[in-house]
Amino acid sequence: MTRFLMSTAAALAISATAALAEGETVGFSQIGSESGWRAAETTLTKTQAEERGLKLQFSDAQQKQENQIAAIRSFIAQGVDAILLAPVVATGWDSVLQEAKEAEIPVVLLDRQVDSSDDLYLTAVGSNLVHEGEVAGKWLVDTVGDKECRVVELQGTTGSSPAIDRKKGFENALAGHDNLKIVRSQTGDFTRAQGKEVMESFLQAENGGKDICALYAHNDDMAVGAIQAIKEAGLKPGSDILVVSIDGVPDLFQAMANGEANATVELTPNMAGPAFDALEAYWKDGTQPPKFIQTESKLYTQADDPAGEYERRKGLGY
Amino acid sequence: MTLLKRIAPQLVALALLVALVTVFYPDFLKIGISGDRLVGPMIDVLKRGAPVALLATGMTLVIATRGIDLSVGTTMAICGAVAASAVAGGWGLGPALLLALAAGALAGLWNGLLVAVVGIQPFVATLILMTMGRGIAQLITEGRILTFTDAGFAFFGSGSLLGLPVPAWLWLACGLGMAALMRRTALGLLVESIGINRRASALAGVNATVLLIAVYVVSGLCAALAGIVVTADIRGADANNAGLWLELDAILAVVIGGNSLLGGRFSIIASLIGALIIQTIDTGILLAGFPSEYNLVIKAVLVLVILVLQSPRIAGEWRLWRDSHRASREAALQRGAAK
Repeated sequence: MTRFLMSTAAALAISATAALAEGETVGFSQIGSESGWRAAETTLTKTQAEERGLKLQFSDAQQKQENQIAAIRSFIAQGVDAILLAPVVATGWDSVLQEAKEAEIPVVLLDRQVDSSDDLYLTAVGSNLVHEGEVAGKWLVDTVGDKECRVVELQGTTGSSPAIDRKKGFENALAGHDNLKIVRSQTGDFTRAQGKEVMESFLQAENGGKDICALYAHNDDMAVGAIQAIKEAGLKPGSDILVVSIDGVPDLFQAMANGEANATVELTPNMAGPAFDALEAYWKDGTQPPKFIQTESKLYTQADDPAGEYERRKGLGY
Repeated sequence: MTLLKRIAPQLVALALLVALVTVFYPDFLKIGISGDRLVGPMIDVLKRGAPVALLATGMTLVIATRGIDLSVGTTMAICGAVAASAVAGGWGLGPALLLALAAGALAGLWNGLLVAVVGIQPFVATLILMTMGRGIAQLITEGRILTFTDAGFAFFGSGSLLGLPVPAWLWLACGLGMAALMRRTALGLLVESIGINRRASALAGVNATVLLIAVYVVSGLCAALAGIVVTADIRGADANNAGLWLELDAILAVVIGGNSLLGGRFSIIASLIGALIIQTIDTGILLAGFPSEYNLVIKAVLVLVILVLQSPRIAGEWRLWRDSHRASREAALQRGAAK
């Protein structure tokens, strides 16, 4: 009992200091730090909160939904002003989101979706994976023009939604351009090592790589591995074989600066920026944002100062 | 001669598999020359098979003592991370390699102590490092893919020596060297005796504790070499993915090599051919150009067929069926002649 009283007092003290600091308190339940992209998302969320004078309560769930649910309950108990949630899975959020709703705390989903009814959260911020593939495909269509072009594709992990949607988007963009043909498509599991190994087999099977005009990789890491394979086969990535991929990680910007990659579509780790924008409007006069805020899928090419972009990104924890 | 008889099933399986892949990809056996190096699918198999072949060398010894080492995949990640951070930190190539090998030996020592001294079952003892190790590797790389540009280190992954890729030389030297060490000395016999009956061999004067620890250290060192190869290959330490699930491929290579998981007699060379079989399947699937949804199914079916064909019971049943068939036919013939 004493312990309960003390923790309640501590929670009250936290919200009291938050009120004194004149900034709203936002709880952020992050999935974990399984990839460099997620580490960058965490870093950017913290800096965004700092810039806006918000107080951020950060909780790392280490890939476990029960940790996320516990974190949200503790945020509710502390009486935070909003909750950011990057859900590790899509199902099983109904009851805890209902509790947040009853406590009148707006919840914003970051980067992934849940299958609960959409009146249980304020909005969701994320990218459109199909659109990312379309941007990459459109770049290739515009760059190649009327030339014949045999494309090889490195897919993400078989059956994962980024792999399915980025493939679909790319194929959408290529539809109607019969001079571009995807001749080989295999999974590289989103990793550098697999990207390199699968690219080696593509090169082997396509006349030592002389028949390949372009490579499309579902993420930058596989592209970085494939670039090494192309170099070791004695060809020039970026000119002999065009390289386009998705994500915008620092190492790919470095490859672009060296002329070894041509384009990447950024999956911005700054999901918190649009989320805080929506929250600030909501706090001010109750503005209801749309239920899905799509982040920009920006295309970067060699003309967009890749060396500078590399410098700007390398400190984010990728 | 006895060696040839021992590895004959594995060689036959490999030959059949190569023939099968050649049906789907006719240029599979073609070897060309590009500059000073040989190129071709078979050369890729030799190169890409290096991590599993290296792991299988150590794993064979561990399994021969009736143990198992589940931690080799994460040990690879740790050693790769150690080597990459040392090279990227400007320590130079030699110290980086030594540090990586030391990390592998340390991981093996930890496993060996848990198994031989504390007496924890090998499956559980090595599971501890398997779970914990990836976290250690991530701490070393700070969760990023730690890249480096040292050409000397990259040589271990993508360089070539006398036409063959360096990783191929590494596993050949390590595997054949270890096989020679085991068979030219009594060491192999002592390892087998521990696997068959540790107590009896200890009573007979074999220092089972030290030998057991040494076997796990060797497995750790092999994993360190494999970690160096994969890290050098992509010029970066990927703590999340380096060596992921490779412990299972290594165990599979040992099993395809006809070694019993219950310990005792072992053959490193057969395990190496097992590793080549696994890599031939992987490379063959990639070259054949099937949709990726089929990769794992094809691999599973091929492995199943190979294991079933090697099963002594199937061989025995087949012999029994053949003999009884022959006998009944002869009996029928005799009956026919009697009429």
